[in-house]
Amino acid sequence: MLSKTIMYIYNEYDQQLVDERVDQYRDQTKRFLAGDISEEQFLPLRLQNGLYVQRLAPMLRIAIPYGTFSSTQMRMFAHISTKYDKGYGHFSTRQNLQLNWPKLEQVPDILADLATVQMHAIQTSGNCIRNTTTDQFAGAAADELEDPRPYCEIIRQWSTFHPEFAFLPRKFKIAVCASESDRAAIQMHDIGIEVVHDERGEVGFKILVGGGLGRTPVIGTEIVDFLPRQHLISYLDAILRVYNQHGRRDNKYKARIKILVRAMGIDAFREEVEAEWATIKDGPSTLTEEEFNYARSFFHSPDYSAIDDGAAEAALQKQAADIPIFGNWLLRNTSAHQAPGYAIVTLSLKATGYAPGDISDQQMLAVADMADQFSFGEIRASHQQNVILAHVRKDQLYTVWQQAQSEGLATANINYLTDIICCPGGDFCALANAKSLPIAEAIQRKFDDQDYLYDLGEIDLNISGCMNACGHHHIGHIGILGVDKKGQEFYQICLGGSQDKDASIAKILGPSFSADEVPNVIGTILNTYVDQRTDEESFLDTYRRVGIAVFKEKVYAK
Amino acid sequence: MPNKLIKDGAVIIDDWQLISADTSDVAQLPSGPIIIPLSLWLVQRQQLAGRGQLGILLDSDQSPKLITDQLHEFSLIAIDFPAFADGRGFSYGRELREKHQFSGELRAVGQFMRDQLSYLKRCGFNAYALENAELEPALASLQDFSNSYQASIDQPVPLFRRR
Repeated sequence: MLSKTIMYIYNEYDQQLVDERVDQYRDQTKRFLAGDISEEQFLPLRLQNGLYVQRLAPMLRIAIPYGTFSSTQMRMFAHISTKYDKGYGHFSTRQNLQLNWPKLEQVPDILADLATVQMHAIQTSGNCIRNTTTDQFAGAAADELEDPRPYCEIIRQWSTFHPEFAFLPRKFKIAVCASESDRAAIQMHDIGIEVVHDERGEVGFKILVGGGLGRTPVIGTEIVDFLPRQHLISYLDAILRVYNQHGRRDNKYKARIKILVRAMGIDAFREEVEAEWATIKDGPSTLTEEEFNYARSFFHSPDYSAIDDGAAEAALQKQAADIPIFGNWLLRNTSAHQAPGYAIVTLSLKATGYAPGDISDQQMLAVADMADQFSFGEIRASHQQNVILAHVRKDQLYTVWQQAQSEGLATANINYLTDIICCPGGDFCALANAKSLPIAEAIQRKFDDQDYLYDLGEIDLNISGCMNACGHHHIGHIGILGVDKKGQEFYQICLGGSQDKDASIAKILGPSFSADEVPNVIGTILNTYVDQRTDEESFLDTYRRVGIAVFKEKVYAK
Repeated sequence: MPNKLIKDGAVIIDDWQLISADTSDVAQLPSGPIIIPLSLWLVQRQQLAGRGQLGILLDSDQSPKLITDQLHEFSLIAIDFPAFADGRGFSYGRELREKHQFSGELRAVGQFMRDQLSYLKRCGFNAYALENAELEPALASLQDFSNSYQASIDQPVPLFRRR
């Protein structure tokens, strides 16, 4: 192991397991192609290795555990996209990378290539515990209590090939957050975990259960307000054990844990979990101080230079004033860092004309180079489908901006209307009811006036092509859902969702619209906001104050 | 042709006989080892108790919790997987071994598949009545992984306490 790492590095056990997984899947693929495994039986096997069969081709979802990866791994993504695909990839809303055009028979080779850089596609789909997600600014954010990633890594290991929970009633998603602002949307997960400290400074977890989007959006309910951290694994085991035995298996739309929690009521559910937990609490799965120290030992702070933050900031503000276009980017695409003289840079994958979250192989290589040059060789993927350089010196931001600009990665729109979260939709996905990408593009094209966008302030606009809600439309300030009406694609608009600590589920505005109508409807909604807002009021503030009726009246006015 | 199954890592001949749930006259039951469905056990318990060589079959919606005080009556527990995607049996196996220290044969029956053998083994199953599969080649799937992260029946100490 390197003396000082800033991300998790495999030990011999991790590597062996991933290598054995490649061998296992190679054999399964061979048996499938030889006709020894039926389509039906192969389905869960390929899904648990990230392989869907989509509308036009298979889709491979590569895991990026809790969204942190290295420049070396990014270069491997580029290599794979070039060699096995059409030269681009797509960052998903779960911090993973998807390839849209791999060949089924080449997937074992892709997985073998990934294994050489400590990566895999294990459990990125299927009815099992999925890739654990967290704050894309973990370890860098100024508002962080502590770095959540050591806990994410402990959960990654626990959930990988968990023998009891590989055939759950439905998929299962866990998210962890450790900061004031919840950038991981933990309330929208099957299990949401918040790292908290008690009054004595002991570390524990507040655990929410039964949140989720999809057909029935639900905000998670607290099951325990402070779980001492050594019990994390046994408590998760207990929750999953109750779900595995009692979750519905007769109807896939009612199979998520949120339905079970709702049906039982949180108190009865908690009682069952506590009863299971009582039998395994303090057993061998109890985490040790050594294990916490071991997990933490990988996530060092990088070797920051000693920088006078005041001077760096002053120089930066002067650059911003001299070059307004840089100033725009600086204001929107950088965030506060915990180390003096550093900033977090979000590279936008939301340029108009490109599918949100898409990245070309050339851009992947450019990001890898920038990460090496400016951010200690480390990269993040966000659930908003952008990539992040987490540790950039303020005096290098201008150079980073220039390089990002030349690669088409400097659209100054992070958290603004055109920073759209969008699923691949009907252009790619076999489940979709409607296309989503052309809707995103039409909105980006209509609202191309930067001054207008900045005047609107931060607005989350999220688009899903079906009820499965991969585009998180329920938690957009403005959400758009593709629906099918007698073979025609229509779009339902909802308003008032939020993914932060004040999480809320968006409400449906009214009857749906055709694709052509959507940009103008969004225009009316934005105009209504501008008319109604008071000074300093965000879109969400105004919506919450005036209510949906005001918007409804304008949009459906005859 | 005799029935075969995988038990304790080898292909063996199965000498257990599964008894139908509709059996009304338990006096007529064959004398060898038999597996009876839970429903039959619940109505004929008095007649069957102490018989020896008795196994019980649990459906996927029949938790071992229904028989925890009667486990000493059984030298075999069979758990049905009505579909390979129905993973309840994994939790049942673990519960029987871990919580109740059941030490007899724990047998998976039904529609599970070869590629689930290593998970079944880790959850405490030691016998696998695979249907429509070549058993000898399937043995290899028991060895898919040489290690594991979590505590399980075949390795009660999680990796983080061993590395």
